[in-house]
Amino acid sequence: MRFAVIVFPGSNCDHDCHHAVSAVLGHPAALLWHKDTDLKGAEVVIVPGGFSYGDHLRAGAISRFSPIMKAVGDHAAEGRPVIGICNGFQILAESSLLPGALHRNTSLRFICENVHIRCETLRTPFTREIEAGERLRMPIAHGDGNYFCDPETLAMLEDNDQIVFRYCDEEGALTAESNPNGSMGSIAGICNREGNVVGLMPHPERACEKALGGDDGLRLFSSVISAAVS
Amino acid sequence: MTPSLKEMETHLSIALEHGLTEAEWEHILKALDRKPTMTELGIFSAMWNEHCSYKSSRVHLKKFPTMGPRVLQGPGENAGVVDIGDGLAVAFKMESHNHPSFIEPYQGAATGVGGILRDIFTMGARPIALLNSLHFGAPDHERTPYLVNGVVSGIAGYGNCIGVPTVGGETHFHPCYNGNILVNVMCAGIMKADEICLGTASGVGNPLIYVGATTGRDGIHGASMASAGFDETAADKRPTVQVGDPFKEKLLLEACLELMAKGAVVGIQDMGAAGLTSSSVEMAGRAGTGLILRLDGVPAREDGMTPYEFMLSESQERMLLVAERGREAEVREIFERWDLPIAIVGEVTDDGRLRVESGGEVFADLPVGVLTDEAPVYDRPMVPTRELPETDPLETIRGEIDLGESLLKLMGGVGQGLKSPIWRQYDHMVCTNTLAGPGGDAALVRIKGTKKSLALTTDGNARYCMLDAHAGGALAVAEAARNISCTGATPLAMTNCLNFGNPENPLVMAQFSAAVEGMSEACRALDVPVVSGNVSFYNETHGVDIYPTPVVGMVGLIEDSAKRAGQGFVREGDAIALLHPAMAPPLPSGGAHEYVWMITGREGGRPPAISLESEAAVQGLCREAIFSGLLGSAHDLSDGGLGVALAESALSSRGGGLGANIRLPECGGRLDGIFFGEVAARILVSASPDAFVQLQEMAESHEVGCTQIGRVAAGSLRVEGPDGALAMELELDNLMAAWSGALGGIL
Repeated sequence: MRFAVIVFPGSNCDHDCHHAVSAVLGHPAALLWHKDTDLKGAEVVIVPGGFSYGDHLRAGAISRFSPIMKAVGDHAAEGRPVIGICNGFQILAESSLLPGALHRNTSLRFICENVHIRCETLRTPFTREIEAGERLRMPIAHGDGNYFCDPETLAMLEDNDQIVFRYCDEEGALTAESNPNGSMGSIAGICNREGNVVGLMPHPERACEKALGGDDGLRLFSSVISAAVS
Repeated sequence: MTPSLKEMETHLSIALEHGLTEAEWEHILKALDRKPTMTELGIFSAMWNEHCSYKSSRVHLKKFPTMGPRVLQGPGENAGVVDIGDGLAVAFKMESHNHPSFIEPYQGAATGVGGILRDIFTMGARPIALLNSLHFGAPDHERTPYLVNGVVSGIAGYGNCIGVPTVGGETHFHPCYNGNILVNVMCAGIMKADEICLGTASGVGNPLIYVGATTGRDGIHGASMASAGFDETAADKRPTVQVGDPFKEKLLLEACLELMAKGAVVGIQDMGAAGLTSSSVEMAGRAGTGLILRLDGVPAREDGMTPYEFMLSESQERMLLVAERGREAEVREIFERWDLPIAIVGEVTDDGRLRVESGGEVFADLPVGVLTDEAPVYDRPMVPTRELPETDPLETIRGEIDLGESLLKLMGGVGQGLKSPIWRQYDHMVCTNTLAGPGGDAALVRIKGTKKSLALTTDGNARYCMLDAHAGGALAVAEAARNISCTGATPLAMTNCLNFGNPENPLVMAQFSAAVEGMSEACRALDVPVVSGNVSFYNETHGVDIYPTPVVGMVGLIEDSAKRAGQGFVREGDAIALLHPAMAPPLPSGGAHEYVWMITGREGGRPPAISLESEAAVQGLCREAIFSGLLGSAHDLSDGGLGVALAESALSSRGGGLGANIRLPECGGRLDGIFFGEVAARILVSASPDAFVQLQEMAESHEVGCTQIGRVAAGSLRVEGPDGALAMELELDNLMAAWSGALGGIL
């Protein structure tokens, strides 16, 4: 399985994503510069976290104009897997590859900590090996992760089974305390209507080795690998 | 060549306004045999101020041991570099940004982070970890919440954006910082041991290249501001604080590392304090060369800037480098790809002079040696530090003593309380190397591609230094090394920030000298050379100095990351023991400074007695026991003594659910003095019953004391006195609630 990790000026989780899929999982991965125009044969695209363009104007607002995003859009339109993590999610939302927007956290502060998320659907290539309702533990690290959309869009997300992850407590229950940033419906991650484009604020690439405190994040990457094999 | 006369003529009063003394002005007239131009005067004021010249501290700093078999680069460069094997090295340094952070907390702290990062990647190292040491005023002082929130979000704003994890640090609150907070930031980076880049301008004819952000009028006289105390005009100095752009710095970091990997760089230096002036003068000074600097080429962000302003601007995210002649195009290609301004602004000469030109005229023509070697050095007068009454203020606490209530209060106070409202705002996990983040004795950061990890910590204890600067300095080094050893790492080397009051006050100078001596002795005894550092004087407001606050930043090495320990208890039933000097009781009573401060608001008595020899022995045993896999946990005793150490080991256990049953050893003296007494060379460990037997044998062969004091137990912390009578019992849930809410009123 060939992965591409897109590098924007200001990306800073690019090497972490590369390490997770190549060093930990043993699959070929390429770091692609945002001025590139093709994906060089990659089957899965990772849009990594960081502060692309320094979050100037609005997180992800400038990156969506990078030349590579045309290729990412084409890849997504062909129904092939794309995952945006943290700033990558913000970029996919700004690019309209995913609905909604990420507002400032309600605390108005950057938050870096481990959270629990509940898997809500198995229909995406990144979750097909996870049990419905299964609880995963992985870090968040963001200042703008408060998912927002209008009521019609939220209804559409619910109706089309597009909500992929929700923040939950240790038992899997959705509570106000377990929602770290004020996201609508405790939403931590969503997918497009077709299910092949996923965006989430938590960082699965930071939870791929037990030495770092947990490896639940591997489940997303191994899902997409086995999705392609089958 | 006689420089341009276009500028205003200089005279003594202008020199005085620039912070130079009359004697220094006379020295300049004599050295130049003429009056300096305004630009030249600006250059002198920048190079000869305390911040850049170390004129008051230099004679004392010579006492630090700086050599060691692993030291590749000691003090004097942008950062120190230490060999860690496998062809790799770690570059690290700590710097203060106290004055700017007090005036404008967000940008002051943010640009402090930016500056220390540049110091590291200038050496050719990729930054892998940031730490800090923060000292704020009393929690109930009106400015404290504003300053804490500003500083923390400034550090977060810069470090998070550039993608270097902030893995550790310390935060203290004390009224002596009400008018002058301390913001010290440390950075460590990894590099190939044989690819160190230095800040030298060698090779006559090589081009001098400016890269990074454009130059504006921000930060002019920042270094001079950092070399004076505060009064009611402090707020007027806000314009001297620079504004940081971490995004630009991220680009600069990637571009510089790419360029250095190509080997086209002869020398490179960050434009930090005193910007273009200090970078050009220091690079030429180290190489013994001269430089021509043509300001017309410098990318400017404002129109009409004068040569004086160009030379003194402290605009951030800029670098000056000397490249090999003929490789200018390579440099240009890389920086243009990263969308960064680049300009050739001069060249290296052989005449030992700094020539600054603009519009075809010369604005400065100075011998570099006068600026560097002839910079004033002062052996300032000292008076013996005042003798404080030796009586232990513990004796002023009378009546019924409730150990449990006191521990709850201590753990729920800002000193010992959980600092996660601070470090939750720092991305401490990016780079996926953080094996142990904030909240432990030392942070652990693994090095991918090897089995190694680095242990990093910052430590200081201003109260001990106020009571006895010599002992306090030694204790700061000992505690940092103990923290490193508690993870299983061997201390490699250290950096420091020496935060003191006004050096013209003979008492402050005496404290400085004594602290440096104490630190040096501990460095020698524990085999920890000093490879970089920074001095911050004039930490005073309205003539009142802060407590002497030397802060130690230490780096240690674990060869095999699997062999490490944390501070939290791991298993119910494990034996809990104290490692202590063989000839001393496990816990001498007294010196319960933090406890006394909390109950009475008094400070006095003596800092903990320290035997550096036993300190080394206890730490050595701890490391070997961890290496041999004997320890479940290891945690050093410091502020708040055994009581606080036990509480922290319990609260740091998985889920915070493992407490302890403790019987205090027979040591004589008051129970609260034993329980909260602060002592050096003590480590609280836990081990399985089998491993504990081996630990005792190992302790015997190391001639270190190892005394069991109890067992790990679920749910509560229960302590009996030496006679078996119950002294306290606390449910961990209650302790956790107090601890977690400690900073609630501030953040």
